[in-house]
Amino acid sequence: MAVFSRGFGARRRESDPELPPGQYLTEDFPVLSAGPTPRIDTADWSFSITTESGAVTTWSWDELMALPIEDVHTDIHCVTRWSKLGTSWRGVSLDTLFADIDTSDAYTMVESYGGYTTNVPLEDLLDGKAWIAFEFDGEPLDPEHGGPARLLVPHLYFWKSAKWVHGIRMHSDDDPGFWEQNGYNMYGDPWKEQRYW
Amino acid sequence: MRVTPQGRVLVLDVPEWPGNLAGQHLDLRLTAEDGYQAVRSYSIASFGDGHSVELAVDELPDGEVSPYLVRDVEPGDMLEVRGPLGNFFVWRDSQTEPVQLIAGGSGIVPLVSIARAHRAAASPAKFRMLYSVRAPEDAYYASELEELVDDSFALDWVYTRTAPAGFARTAGRITRADIEASTLPVADNPLVYVCGPTGFVEAVARILVDLGHPAERIKTERFGGS
Repeated sequence: MAVFSRGFGARRRESDPELPPGQYLTEDFPVLSAGPTPRIDTADWSFSITTESGAVTTWSWDELMALPIEDVHTDIHCVTRWSKLGTSWRGVSLDTLFADIDTSDAYTMVESYGGYTTNVPLEDLLDGKAWIAFEFDGEPLDPEHGGPARLLVPHLYFWKSAKWVHGIRMHSDDDPGFWEQNGYNMYGDPWKEQRYW
Repeated sequence: MRVTPQGRVLVLDVPEWPGNLAGQHLDLRLTAEDGYQAVRSYSIASFGDGHSVELAVDELPDGEVSPYLVRDVEPGDMLEVRGPLGNFFVWRDSQTEPVQLIAGGSGIVPLVSIARAHRAAASPAKFRMLYSVRAPEDAYYASELEELVDDSFALDWVYTRTAPAGFARTAGRITRADIEASTLPVADNPLVYVCGPTGFVEAVARILVDLGHPAERIKTERFGGS
């Protein structure tokens, strides 16, 4: 049973059925980062997938750009309660990157330049659900938003869409990443409001 | 109590509050009489045990919740909170290393909590705070922060629009020179907490890294868009 706040609600925003529970719409693009923004030159950038056998598959920036690039139109939802609807991205599907990866592990740890980590089940990265994204709204992705490239896994809260992504390491277990060790939910489904522990 | 032109300090009595670490935040939920709800996160200015939870809220021009909290809410009104939340941007009194606190505007709130915890613990850890505000009247907790100054707590100000009469520094945005002159040096290997609007935190964190502070020694908390 909710406690009513006397006189509240005069400045309410329009509700939108596309918004998950507890979210509000924002037109700007807030930033949630635990530390300084790393600056990575695309000439130095690489992305690797490391499996349980120790096999490492690495792409340079140019190699990533040579892969099929997809246009992605999606809504994004931050655990701090803002959502943006209909955002436009370009990136390479994780299906493409995992096409020749041999793994039987069910979980991944996504690792970023600067040391950030987040855990995502492998099935949430495949079947058209996730990308390595490097353009937002037709422009190269700003460093403060994760440029040169970030993971984009928009059906989960946006802390899962690791900025400054550097690699994915296969895990047999669902081990917690950075925010997951610091109070956020292991999975992070915005439609179930899986925000915190 | 309105303490700045745009802001107000709220003290909530939360009977079931489990206490909180210095630097944590909470979710505050408002429910209109027709059931409409809105939730926002706010940093907590108080710390430790007890049922009294202090917030400082800046009114955002196009805000939905903050104008209600700053203008409308009155003593005795009921609000719902959930927390405390966040275990990263926190300070524990078992920490002994030097600490540099850098706040922009209402980003002072979690840093006030940390400064209060440092004082309450009589911690010998060397603390220094740099607080950037538009003008003197925009500073939260100014007199309390001045009273904290002692051998283990130094306080420096940056005014971005209007400096008080006689203040040596010309009003303007924070620069590398300000941070070099008014924060603990890299040689002290301080843990640095930066909180404020996104643009402020981005600028400050970048300068700190350029000065040689290891990125993993800089904790940031940003609010607002970019």
